[in-house]
Amino acid sequence: MVEFLIGLGLPGWVAWSIAALVAAVLLLNVIAGGALVFIWAERKIAARIQDRLGPTRTGGRFGWLQSLADGIKLLAKEDLMPEGADGLLFRLAPYVSFCASFCAFIALPFAFDVVGQRLNVGVFFVVAVLGLEVFGVILAGYASASKWSLFGAMREAAQVVSYEVPLGMCVVVPVMLAGTMDLVTIGEKQAGWMSSWFLFHDPFTFIIFWVYVTCAVASVNRAPFDLAEAESELVAGFHTEYSGLRWSFFFMAEYGSMFLVSGLAAVLFLGGWNGPVPVARLLGFSDGTGESAAYVVRLLGLANLMGKATLGVLFMMWIRWTLPRLRIDQVMTTCLKYCTPIAAVMFAGAMFWQLFLPGGLFPGWGRPAGEIREGWLEGPGGLPAAASPAEDRSSTVTGGEPFERTGLATRSPR
Amino acid sequence: MMGLVLAPAMVASLATCLATVPLFAVNPFTEPVGVVHYLFVGAVLFTAGIACMTLKRNALGILMGIELVLNGANINFVAFASPYLRAEGAPTLGLDGQVVALFVILLAAAEAAVALAITLNFYNNHATVDVDRADDLKG
Amino acid sequence: MTGMLDMDFIDFMDFSTLTHVVPPLATTLAALPALPIAGINWHSVLFLLFAGLACGFAIGVVAADNVVRMALYLVFSLGATAGLFFLAGAEFLGAMQLMIYVGGTLVLLVFGVMLTAQAPLVSIKPSSSDRTLTAVAGASLLSLLLTAAFSVDAWRGPGVGVVPAPSATPLGMALVGVRVDEPPAGTPVGGRVGYMLPFEIVSVHLLVVLVGAAYLARAKRRRTPRPIDALASAMPVEPVSTAATVAPTGRSAGGARSALVGGGR
Repeated sequence: MVEFLIGLGLPGWVAWSIAALVAAVLLLNVIAGGALVFIWAERKIAARIQDRLGPTRTGGRFGWLQSLADGIKLLAKEDLMPEGADGLLFRLAPYVSFCASFCAFIALPFAFDVVGQRLNVGVFFVVAVLGLEVFGVILAGYASASKWSLFGAMREAAQVVSYEVPLGMCVVVPVMLAGTMDLVTIGEKQAGWMSSWFLFHDPFTFIIFWVYVTCAVASVNRAPFDLAEAESELVAGFHTEYSGLRWSFFFMAEYGSMFLVSGLAAVLFLGGWNGPVPVARLLGFSDGTGESAAYVVRLLGLANLMGKATLGVLFMMWIRWTLPRLRIDQVMTTCLKYCTPIAAVMFAGAMFWQLFLPGGLFPGWGRPAGEIREGWLEGPGGLPAAASPAEDRSSTVTGGEPFERTGLATRSPR
Repeated sequence: MMGLVLAPAMVASLATCLATVPLFAVNPFTEPVGVVHYLFVGAVLFTAGIACMTLKRNALGILMGIELVLNGANINFVAFASPYLRAEGAPTLGLDGQVVALFVILLAAAEAAVALAITLNFYNNHATVDVDRADDLKG
Repeated sequence: MTGMLDMDFIDFMDFSTLTHVVPPLATTLAALPALPIAGINWHSVLFLLFAGLACGFAIGVVAADNVVRMALYLVFSLGATAGLFFLAGAEFLGAMQLMIYVGGTLVLLVFGVMLTAQAPLVSIKPSSSDRTLTAVAGASLLSLLLTAAFSVDAWRGPGVGVVPAPSATPLGMALVGVRVDEPPAGTPVGGRVGYMLPFEIVSVHLLVVLVGAAYLARAKRRRTPRPIDALASAMPVEPVSTAATVAPTGRSAGGARSALVGGGR
């Protein structure tokens, strides 16, 4: 895209800012549009599980305009702030939450090289930024000047800090298998048939995937771990005092991070943008066959990843409306007594599997021939090779501008 | 008396402002940043941390001052380690600077955990976090 | 400057909507190198943004009296510092800062703030003489540091500015004791070491801290802390008679201490 704009005769900095804006707007649309769809889906699923119909009238037969109507209602609502609240923090909290959720999307790839900013430490960045969302909740809880909110915030703080430990351990396993923290490379390593997904790499990865699911549900505060907003005990927890647009920002942040952890699960364990069957490759498309073919492949990958992430979100909804809420001590027990040790053992197991039986449980028939490796392995004498993929990546543009890696830059065919 | 104390500080601040003039003589939006830009930020953070440590009476405020000081130091390490802030081919700390900064972050986490535990214990025993009240050992 | 930015923004909108006018407009724009905006360097702009945030919120930490506000400003300041790390090409360090510092340490700190945030303790105001003294000391320190920073010519020049893709791999390899990174120019080849031993020491240190913090936090529930309790829990199991003789003295000592503390309040 940047090359295209520069080719039009635009100076580099305009091209870069347009590319960055397009990426930002696209991501914002993914979050906002996703929240609309998911809220509708949540209402329908909850209704079906509870043997009801859910919204049926707004916007036709299935009530699919219900969340839009909700949004208009929220916009029109009076904006209340309790007396004795800390005004600045109270107003700031929803935006902190939303920004953290949004920023984490920057490094999440949606298809091969369709990523806001390809980071060498992508996994790490996503998990780290996701952990910042807790600040919005804590601030909201403190600034509301309400006991319920403060309780919710304290629970959230304790829970999120605890669950980051097993979550980190789960995330490290695919990183270890792929040999890099770059999410694009991790996804690309699982190309081929379904058997080359990291989920089916060995028994340990299969188990640790479910640990990841548990920790991810806990870290985005969904039931059965939604202690921060336990409505049967704490009215509405940290957002008791919120109304209108600010409340909806919390909601968007929640659905955004749900989609994010599902997308991360898809990239790390479920093959990313590679479908169960390599349709594109069987049909003869590949990155090398030309520009339009590459776009088709990427669109397919986009659909794949979106589908997987949506499935993950629906799974979370299913869990929410099926399981009862845990108590706070049970939440902590789940984390410290079960998730952490299981994750540690599985991590060690995956490590030994990789050491003694490299290559996975199923023979990866359909794995791409040339593996993507980090440059340092191939260089002579332990020194990095001269033309490592990392440098190859950055040399697609020679505009002399500092941010040569920004944007949804199309990659030159390898 | 106060004027006597303040006068050198004023002179020093003035000198500082003069020293930063070269930083703004060029257009800051077009000039690539260098090490000294990072050092400036590091110095501000370090000073803010020291001021925080001396000024605050809340034990947690003092802890925050320590975090700021450590971060100011970290910024300097990263700045000296980065080859992109130096002129072409100038020697840098390289990876060593980053590794040291990494260790600083880790040890800061450990330090914060212990300091917080001590503060909470102090709070439970004395029902305050005001460090001026921690004078039980005074003879 | 602001006006120029605004005008430019309008041009910018035109670019994205009307494709056929782009080339002439672009050539016009490219022919204006005299305008400071034409050669804008996004790296520098982002640096200024993050640096401003980091410095401003750091000063905010000092200036604020409310401890919760202080914690919030500290979060923003350290988050902006992570941005500075990213800009300097230290991606792993930036993510580490976000994860461990901002996401771990500061959450812990905020947790502590909320546990102790009773109304009289939220803002403990320092006296005005303390403020003056701090301002003097701070100004002197800042001037000293800045003079030192600006006194070296080699540090003052602009940098290369272009940031190629960094990799976390050399850092990880250095931590397990193998150096695979390019040696910086002018370094003797044999002089570089791995960081295996420090890495291990830090990990053991973290383990000790974990246990120690858990121990300190565990003993906090008693209203009147008795030294004997800590002693008894640390001691191995002993015959009943010894414990019985020790316990009464311990209790009396504890009682005396609690009276002392109560008087102190």
